[in-house]
Amino acid sequence: MGTGGMAAGGGEVLDAFRSALGKADIKAAFKSRCSAHKVGCRGLCAKDVLVDIVMGGEKSTYQFVTPEMAPKIVEEHIIGGAPVKEWLVGEDYLNFHGKQVKVVLSDCGNIDPEEIEAYIGVRGYEAMKKVLSAPPEETIETIKKSGLRGRGGAGFPTGVKWEICRKANASTKYIICNADEGDPGAFMDRSVIEGNPHAVLEGMIIGAYAIGLNHGYVYIRAEYPLAVERLKIALRQARERNFLGEDILGTGFDFDIKIKLGAGAFVCGEETALIASIEGQRGMPRAKPPFPVYQGLWGKPTVINNVETFANVPYIIRKGAEWFSSYGTEKSKGTKVFALTGKVKNTGLIEVPMGIPLREIVYDIGGGIENDKALKAVQTGGPSGGCIPADMMDIRVDYESLIAAGTYVGSGGMIVLDEDDCMVDVARYFLRFTQSESCGKCVPCRIGTKRLLETLDKIAKGQGTHKDMELLETLGRDVKAASLCGLGQGAPNPVLSTLKYFRHEYEAHIEGRCPAKVCKELLTYYILEEFCKGCMVCLRACPAGAITGEKKKPHRISQDACIKCGACFDVCKFNAVAKK
Amino acid sequence: MEEERLTALKRIFDAYRAEKGNTIPVLQAIEEEFGYLPEEAVNWIAEELDIPQSTFFGAATFYAQFHLKPRGKNIVTACDGTACHVKGSERLISGIRRELDLGEGEETTPDLSFTVEKVNCVGACSIAPVVVINRKVYGKSTTDRIIKEIKGIHISQGAVAGVGARSPSQGAVAGVGARSPSQGAVAPDKKRDEEE
Repeated sequence: MGTGGMAAGGGEVLDAFRSALGKADIKAAFKSRCSAHKVGCRGLCAKDVLVDIVMGGEKSTYQFVTPEMAPKIVEEHIIGGAPVKEWLVGEDYLNFHGKQVKVVLSDCGNIDPEEIEAYIGVRGYEAMKKVLSAPPEETIETIKKSGLRGRGGAGFPTGVKWEICRKANASTKYIICNADEGDPGAFMDRSVIEGNPHAVLEGMIIGAYAIGLNHGYVYIRAEYPLAVERLKIALRQARERNFLGEDILGTGFDFDIKIKLGAGAFVCGEETALIASIEGQRGMPRAKPPFPVYQGLWGKPTVINNVETFANVPYIIRKGAEWFSSYGTEKSKGTKVFALTGKVKNTGLIEVPMGIPLREIVYDIGGGIENDKALKAVQTGGPSGGCIPADMMDIRVDYESLIAAGTYVGSGGMIVLDEDDCMVDVARYFLRFTQSESCGKCVPCRIGTKRLLETLDKIAKGQGTHKDMELLETLGRDVKAASLCGLGQGAPNPVLSTLKYFRHEYEAHIEGRCPAKVCKELLTYYILEEFCKGCMVCLRACPAGAITGEKKKPHRISQDACIKCGACFDVCKFNAVAKK
Repeated sequence: MEEERLTALKRIFDAYRAEKGNTIPVLQAIEEEFGYLPEEAVNWIAEELDIPQSTFFGAATFYAQFHLKPRGKNIVTACDGTACHVKGSERLISGIRRELDLGEGEETTPDLSFTVEKVNCVGACSIAPVVVINRKVYGKSTTDRIIKEIKGIHISQGAVAGVGARSPSQGAVAGVGARSPSQGAVAPDKKRDEEE
């Protein structure tokens, strides 16, 4: 039960099962072996609510479960032994999981995230115990050998970062988990914390011991209340077992973790802005160098790693560096969690080996495009990223390949766009975001993003010229080169990437057309008289009073009055409103 | 300052006094307590903690979570993240705002019953478009469904007038956000949708 599962009614379904099991007339012995409990996100949000029935070691999975279905499942399957076949998941569920390799997500969806015993039951905290009884340098070597790179987006080798901090000369050092997942379209970190928070804590404890420090923080978005709640529970449980606190398991090692809530600033995902925020200041980035490993929180050496990076650590320690590096490519080892969303059939959370062809993600795991529309592009890397057009689907998804194509792996957001999406609008959407989240400290970003956005707006409204397109390119490059932090450095990427691969769409807008029929100002809404039933629904919905007509007679939209809000298009049940 | 407010502030002060870098947690506690940051509350805390008011207001105006004006009783958070955006969140949000009769730049209805805020990513992208009402997450939202929820909440909170009514005459006969009595429905809402 992650946020998505609960929004789909997971809580009510669990209650229904508990109640049905309670009411069922079953023997006491059977009842005590039969428990209903919640688990974290297993990824296929599109089929929520998912329920597993595990009997005698065999697992059956139901999809789209509602509370009303619980009694029948209890009666026929649990008591009767016969699964309700028409409600079980189908081939697409198997296809969704077929090409995935779950490391970070391996225990998500199988254990109760609010029970430390459940995590211990799947060998949780064994890695920590192993590390605590070995020299710290060994652990650092293992992480280095594994090839683990930062999963927040920058991809810096984790083992190297830990080693630099270990060698830094200071009596106080800090370790911080960056859980400020702000990229629109990304929910990997949220799901990991909601589904298996202990894996993250274990990773942090291992890191703290390897580096040799005693204070940790998790900086987490306030907008993730369920994740915050589960993190608090996990911390409490870990302390109760002396996995955190003073003299951990009698080793003489002290380490504890505090939670720091974000306050709604995307830029605080940037490590120096995050540090400023913990220090109680406005979240404005600082110049690097010096890097936080040398001078970070309160001026002390600080290691900041992403949630997913930490979550990989226990598995690497337990299963070995060779095991981890057997997945992926030469320079991008291991697996990566992606949030696959947009116009694809199987939206959800996936974990795949680095280097998998993008085609397999979209078609095999994702199940292809919704409503049989044509794929246009896949957007990766969040607001700092770019697009991969439909004719480049064979590209391998790893750090180097995506950079070569003009985008990034980023934190893992992957949005699938189809023929009905306008690439100029997509670029404008991202610029609006980065412009509003810009902290304002440096001129290139503060003013540059504003001018880029103004220019894009002009083009989207059909008022742009070819000179404006040139301006986007030159100004974009300048903002990239001169901005203080990653926000400004990445902000022009959506524009530059769409200009590179979808120049023709920009050209069309300059000629006054939006081929995908998205950009409002370039659209004309009109009524197809042959389909119009004269029901007056659109007339009432129109906020500008632009529609005229009598009952049972075809209506008309006055183009002078029309504000192109699309309300009529949305409410017409007869497809009588069209746009061109 | 009112007695009640002062008591609440003293409680917050005691909890956060010793914490290093406590500006943001303190502001979060005040926002949680009062629903926004009353100026006199921030000034009082600044005085007690011996931190300049400018530090607090600097943080308050930087982070999106803090509000210097009172907000509605019910908070409707509409996500306009990338996934929600491509699934039509802009039209959904316009529809909600239109229904509540919110003008350009307005976020809260005049009777302080509802605030509609647009955010950049709730983090539930697979069930786009997402709307959160009073911390409850609604996935795969449609304008109709959200408006029904809003109406339902409004009625359950004992409303007689329409949501966001600006004057008694407009609210008394008309429905949610009605522009004129003749346009608004007189009939009460149908029963609420079942959960998805």
